[in-house]
Amino acid sequence: MTKSNKTPTRREAMKTLALGAGAASLPLWARYAGAQSSAPIRIGFQVHRTGIGAAYGRWYDRTTTAAAALINEGGGINGRPVEIIAEDDGTDPKRGAEVVEKFATQYNCDIGFGTLFSHVVIGSAPRAGELKLPYFVVSEGHHVASGMLNRYTLQPGITDVKSQVQAMAPFVANTLGKKVTMIFPDFAFGHDHRDYFTAAIEAQGGQVLEHIAIPPTETSFTKYFPKIPRDTEVIYHVMVGPAVLTFVKELGEFFGPQRPEMFGFIDSLEAVDISSPGLEFLEGTYFWEGNPRQAQADQSPYDAFYRERVGVDANGASVDDARDVSTYSHMFGCWETLHVVKAGMEAAGYAGPQDRASLIEAVEAMTDMPHSNAHPQGAKLFNGKTHQVFGHQYITKVTGGKLLLVHTTSIEDTLYPDEADYTTQAF
Amino acid sequence: MRDGRKTLGLHLGLLALLFALQFVLPAYHHGNLARIMVLAAYAVGYNILFGYTGLLSLGHALFFAAGMYGMGLLVNQTGAAPLAALMAGVIAGALVAAALGVLALRTEGVAFMIVTLMFAQAGYLTVLYFGAYTRGDEGFVIQQAQRVMAGIDLSDPSNRYFAGLLVFGLAMLINLWLVRTRFGRVLIAIRENEERARMLGYDVFVHKLGAVVLSGTISAMAGASYGLLFGYVGASFASVQYSIFPLLWVLLGGAGTVIGPFLGTLFMFYLIDLSSGLTTAYMLIAGVALVLLTLFAPQGLAGELRNRVWRWLP
Repeated sequence: MTKSNKTPTRREAMKTLALGAGAASLPLWARYAGAQSSAPIRIGFQVHRTGIGAAYGRWYDRTTTAAAALINEGGGINGRPVEIIAEDDGTDPKRGAEVVEKFATQYNCDIGFGTLFSHVVIGSAPRAGELKLPYFVVSEGHHVASGMLNRYTLQPGITDVKSQVQAMAPFVANTLGKKVTMIFPDFAFGHDHRDYFTAAIEAQGGQVLEHIAIPPTETSFTKYFPKIPRDTEVIYHVMVGPAVLTFVKELGEFFGPQRPEMFGFIDSLEAVDISSPGLEFLEGTYFWEGNPRQAQADQSPYDAFYRERVGVDANGASVDDARDVSTYSHMFGCWETLHVVKAGMEAAGYAGPQDRASLIEAVEAMTDMPHSNAHPQGAKLFNGKTHQVFGHQYITKVTGGKLLLVHTTSIEDTLYPDEADYTTQAF
Repeated sequence: MRDGRKTLGLHLGLLALLFALQFVLPAYHHGNLARIMVLAAYAVGYNILFGYTGLLSLGHALFFAAGMYGMGLLVNQTGAAPLAALMAGVIAGALVAAALGVLALRTEGVAFMIVTLMFAQAGYLTVLYFGAYTRGDEGFVIQQAQRVMAGIDLSDPSNRYFAGLLVFGLAMLINLWLVRTRFGRVLIAIRENEERARMLGYDVFVHKLGAVVLSGTISAMAGASYGLLFGYVGASFASVQYSIFPLLWVLLGGAGTVIGPFLGTLFMFYLIDLSSGLTTAYMLIAGVALVLLTLFAPQGLAGELRNRVWRWLP
């Protein structure tokens, strides 16, 4: 028997190992090298992980991850898997624009997606347009439909604030009262409510008795409440940010048990448990919800499916932690937008960045989006000219610490005349 | 080589390098550098007051925003030509700086910091208050068609890059010229010992006011350019964060050096950009890097260069 006395050196051993590893991963290489069409579709996800939008961002992230997983289970888009490339924008418009640039020129993403806060959208959209990166925002701002942005920016997964606010006026006027006092933060979000709701309630024969604008730095609100006229029938409130708990508590102390009807936008209390201590005063009051966080008695199978896939319990909190309340009225927009992207890419036969214009044209051509697993919030109507989707809105009433549905608007209630036509812009 | 020549060589060399990089950088870094140059011009403006005059302002976002809104509102509300609007932004910044200087320079030290901070906060709230024109915190877009200056489309990447280089080059050369003038040397004398400068017969108030106005004007030029080049005007640029940024950039790059603000801005930009690609806790990485730099290079990057290699660095 001969015995080899040649001991492999460390370098030779490493070479052999490297070759072995290379050979073992050959099927992976072959998959991408053999057919470019099986490479993932890269979706740049501009996420608010830090800054004022962090609570929303956390849930946008979870919803997006769940939607991408579902799409991939179903074979991806045009047979290609979806890869979500998430990057924090700090909820800052300057960083937002930089992140969009990174998606387009560094990560070679096919599209940008998922931005919520309006100032980040408005700061980022010009760059998306210049870089010719389709930019699907999930913001509910009126900026898209107003014509301020560009042909590359679309909002097909969530309705805008103008349509939401105007659709509330018939219910408020006919059910709660016609004499309204509005309390809103003194910045763009509040001004949108002031302008759109005032016009809408007047169209219903009602009137706003007083507009009370609260400066954004305010921490105590008691001094504003004496401005509420005594004959007010409805208080319309849209306070946002951490001061909302103080606002509600002080409003309760001011009115005691003799309060007018109250109607608010859930934006104030997204990611906040409605049965939190200090919010008892909200019992019996009404809220707009984009999508009811409480699983209702007549819950659709689509909502049940969506809720289960994202990991939200019947109360609208995480299935892992009942204190981790979701941003249920907004985050469905990520889910629905990704399904619109899938439908658009499939209709356009999207193969790569050279087909970006075709993708936009395919989405612009969409109209009806039926209530389905892809659109669990409800049926929608997309307006290709204004790049904005329209859909049902929900009004719930706080009953025993739960938000129970009392009214669903029609899509027609949310429509308004077009203010822009992006299809006339060149690509 | 004499120090003056070395100085000129270094700074012109930097501009030449930035010019050359336009042709070789990949798209992503090309875009980044355009942005960094405009922000570095802002830092240069800040450094004139902080690094050369020794006045620590916490309100420079007011000047940056004065330039940005001076330009943006004119374009958006009146459809003014971009060049005229840019000039209006710069003039707006100069006027705001003069007004703030007259009031704030009645204080010094910590009080000066607080007064400038308060004025900037008042400016921020003013932007929100006049939401009908400014669109408040949301801000507004300067459309591509409104960004064509003398036939040059500033939304084009190359044009934007050269415009950024022009803005930065102008700011840096003004700074370089300043440190060689009698006025600039008096500013340094005030920084070193204000009482001694006063005793020597210099009108300290007038010199400090001049520094505030020059610093504010350069900051406004950067703000107006930023809005025009990147197509967005928003209230976040008037917030306290944008008063802290130039302070950080200057401290990192080296206060009281001409090249420092650029190095600091570049370093900070890529520190955040690279670490945010690695982890969601990128601000932690940025924070640790800043602490280390403060511990081991308290004079900033260019300050350390001056201490160790180039003693002639202005």
